[in-house]
Amino acid sequence: MRISITVNGDPVVQPVDPSDTLLSVLREQLHLIGTKWGCLTGDCGACTVIVDGRSVVSCLQTVGQIDGADITTIEGIAGRGRMMNDLQEAFVTHGAAQCGFCTPGMVVAAEQLLRDGVEPDGAAIREGLAGNLCRCTGYSKIIDAVLSVALARME
Amino acid sequence: MRSDYAVVGKRIPKLDAPDKVTGRTVYADDLKMSGLLTGAIKRSPHPHARILSVDVSAAEALPGVYAVIHAGNVTQRPFGFGHDNIPLKDRVARCVGDEVAAVAAVDAATAQRALDLIRVDYELLPAVDDPFEALQPGAPRIHDELDIEGNVSMEWNFQTGDLAEAEQRSAVIVSGSYSSPQAAPAPIETHVVIAGFDADGDLEVISPVHMVFMYRKELADCLGLDWRRITVRQPPVGGSFGGKIDIDAHDFIAVMLARAARRPVKLAMSREEEFTGTRTRQPIHFRLRTGAAADGTLLFRHAEVVSDNGAYNAWGSHALLVAMNTVTSMYRVGTSRLAAKVVYTNKNYGGSVRGFGNPQATFAVEQQMEELADVLGMDPMDLRLKNANRPGDVTPQGLEITSCGLSECLETVRRKSGWDQRRGRMRRQHRGLGAAAYVHVGGGARIYGSDGCGAMIKIDDSGRVALISGSSELGQGSETALAMIVAETLGVPLEAVSVSHDDTDVKPWDVGVHASRTTFVAGNAARMAAAKARDELLEGAAEVLDRPARSLTIRDGVISVPGEPTATLRYEKAVRRRLLREGSSIIMTSAFYDPPTQRQDENYVGNISASYGFGAHVAEIEVDPDTGMVRVLGLWAAHDVGRAINPMSCEGQIEGGAVMGVGLALSEELPVEDGRFPAPNLHDYGMPTTMDAPPIDVTLIETADELGPFGAKGIGEGGIILPPAAIANAVADAVGVRPRSYPIRPWKLRRWIETGERSHVDKHPHPVPDENAR
Repeated sequence: MRISITVNGDPVVQPVDPSDTLLSVLREQLHLIGTKWGCLTGDCGACTVIVDGRSVVSCLQTVGQIDGADITTIEGIAGRGRMMNDLQEAFVTHGAAQCGFCTPGMVVAAEQLLRDGVEPDGAAIREGLAGNLCRCTGYSKIIDAVLSVALARME
Repeated sequence: MRSDYAVVGKRIPKLDAPDKVTGRTVYADDLKMSGLLTGAIKRSPHPHARILSVDVSAAEALPGVYAVIHAGNVTQRPFGFGHDNIPLKDRVARCVGDEVAAVAAVDAATAQRALDLIRVDYELLPAVDDPFEALQPGAPRIHDELDIEGNVSMEWNFQTGDLAEAEQRSAVIVSGSYSSPQAAPAPIETHVVIAGFDADGDLEVISPVHMVFMYRKELADCLGLDWRRITVRQPPVGGSFGGKIDIDAHDFIAVMLARAARRPVKLAMSREEEFTGTRTRQPIHFRLRTGAAADGTLLFRHAEVVSDNGAYNAWGSHALLVAMNTVTSMYRVGTSRLAAKVVYTNKNYGGSVRGFGNPQATFAVEQQMEELADVLGMDPMDLRLKNANRPGDVTPQGLEITSCGLSECLETVRRKSGWDQRRGRMRRQHRGLGAAAYVHVGGGARIYGSDGCGAMIKIDDSGRVALISGSSELGQGSETALAMIVAETLGVPLEAVSVSHDDTDVKPWDVGVHASRTTFVAGNAARMAAAKARDELLEGAAEVLDRPARSLTIRDGVISVPGEPTATLRYEKAVRRRLLREGSSIIMTSAFYDPPTQRQDENYVGNISASYGFGAHVAEIEVDPDTGMVRVLGLWAAHDVGRAINPMSCEGQIEGGAVMGVGLALSEELPVEDGRFPAPNLHDYGMPTTMDAPPIDVTLIETADELGPFGAKGIGEGGIILPPAAIANAVADAVGVRPRSYPIRPWKLRRWIETGERSHVDKHPHPVPDENAR
């Protein structure tokens, strides 16, 4: 089949097998390699992208079901004309990225959490990011980074 | 201590962070190249089986398949310690996941179809997955080709002092058995290797393995290649935690596939393969006894150890090296004895996972410290402080303790956790506090002829300072620390410094990233090369400023003469002055640093590291008495880092390590059923999530090590060592039973509470009332 989707604001028309995963279409066909995979079973969250305003693990999302969807990947999080948004800058300054392999998925999940208006509270942020595994940081600095942005965006 | 540094000691964001948060960092699996094939491995589904035949004819005939290899059609030699392993198993599969055949094909789907077409006939052999069963006479022999008894592949024996006499003198002796599980490093990036030969026959291997020079040698030795014609490139590593130290069978297989296919081949491990086919943390079983005088002075420690190391000896067979240090050298223990056996079992085998035997040993040693304190009626912190290692100590194994902040670490977590007010007083709320402390190598670890690392520095006409380090970055922040060391030493802004460390053709030799050694060893090499570059810079400036070089200083890139505000020169100009003239020169310096240490002798005596790291944790936990569930409410962590080059990165290492340690303590485990991991996936494995990770209060204790760069010591592993012991001690404080093994799963704790698992006291300082008589 052929799907028409929007990826990071760009219209994309792509011939796909409907059972292809969104992850493989992003990485193999659209060459958006910022989205990582760690398990292909939906357990680690490294492949998280935003589909129509929801965080989705792209390794389990088949593309046949999302024709017409609006997708944001790590490459589109900052928005046009910017290298980083406030959340990405906070990840840098708080030391929230170590090996960086979970980071794209973590940033995307956190961005959606913020857009959903998460309470600016460590416990709420922890709950919201429970589907994204990080093996390096112990999460403290990730939570601090997201919390700082949640507070700043309220102002 | 000096604190007027321009860069060292500042909270500097990691240099690689902007690319990582924007998805720009390119990892091994992101790399493409022309003609790249997909590799896949046919693995044994049996824990122990004779390989009778491998039929690859149908797979070879499948369109899109470029190579199908097995032991019968490749040239390969044994590898591993004792050469007990071979990439493609030729006679026997000794664990589930053993590599039997492999294919290279145009895409993953074709490769998978080809694997399915390979027919392997096995004759099943009796398997043993319990090390104590493997030790029994009549147990299945796992390596019948080796001349060994009872599946014991190595023994580690150490003794000093008169044990019988120390027992005699002891007023108290506690004893107990302590066990740890098979666990996994489980980086989020699985192992990926790409191998390809160029048209001249030179081999390029792209791999996140981080002992690249040894890796190159092992590739050559096993595959009969000329190692001068192998380049290893290391892309950014998506986490390792020691899992990517060992060369694995799949590394050799990728090269053999590329050789057979005449095309480059990528082998990416699935998550299941990551658990079953790459290295794990070996279970280690301790029987430990500790004796002390009535005043709490430690008199002896005696350990009998069985390491359940799995089917082959990778680096994991050497975890006893570190476990032994802890048994003999944690606190001033005096007489000590350790007798350890490394035992083959039909399971995935041990690697050198972060902490390398120390979490397992500390779980035993530090529980026994609190058990001992309870019997003596002493506060466990007082007992620790009384026996704490101090600067100037030489331990029974010859470890020379120089900088040592152990007491300060203990006092810090004691104070911050409210230990004196709260321990032993929260049992009604089922809450408890527990402590633990460690010693770990912090100035390299001489496990090889050299423990050295090279560094080269060049300063080009723009003033850009390039450090080319033998070491590599795994995400831990060493690249940034090295850049900071160079910027500080040279007196130039950090933005001017770049770090390259990814290519064996370019970078100087290094043992590799392990043993918390990078900041110390690679840092010293970088500091030495930078000092030479600084001398050259100032000599160049001396000509321009017409002052002797030794009278000049440089800071933030400005060379100046103290007391003469107008006599200044930008360092870039000094570089260009020497370059843009006849008889020109450019600044290029190099250094190689090998710490002043000894390889331990046949009796395991020798100062293996140039400095030692120390730390202490207190854990606060709450037990749900109905379910046995343990929740960690908080963790106080104080670590002697010598000097924090980058405090933010030090905290990151400690926090990340501590949460891995919480995972070990409470949830992480690869249980084996019928020789298999029934659930080799991240859902069941038990890695901590945001919801399981406690808040961690980190204190960095700075003791300014005399040999460390700017006083720094290693901190990469410290965080993970203590949580299993500290949490077990906290459980004992909360509910009065002793966890004898970890992870402390709810059902296990409920059982212990029911059976009343208590400390075993072999000798008591005062007569014990006979409970039966009352």
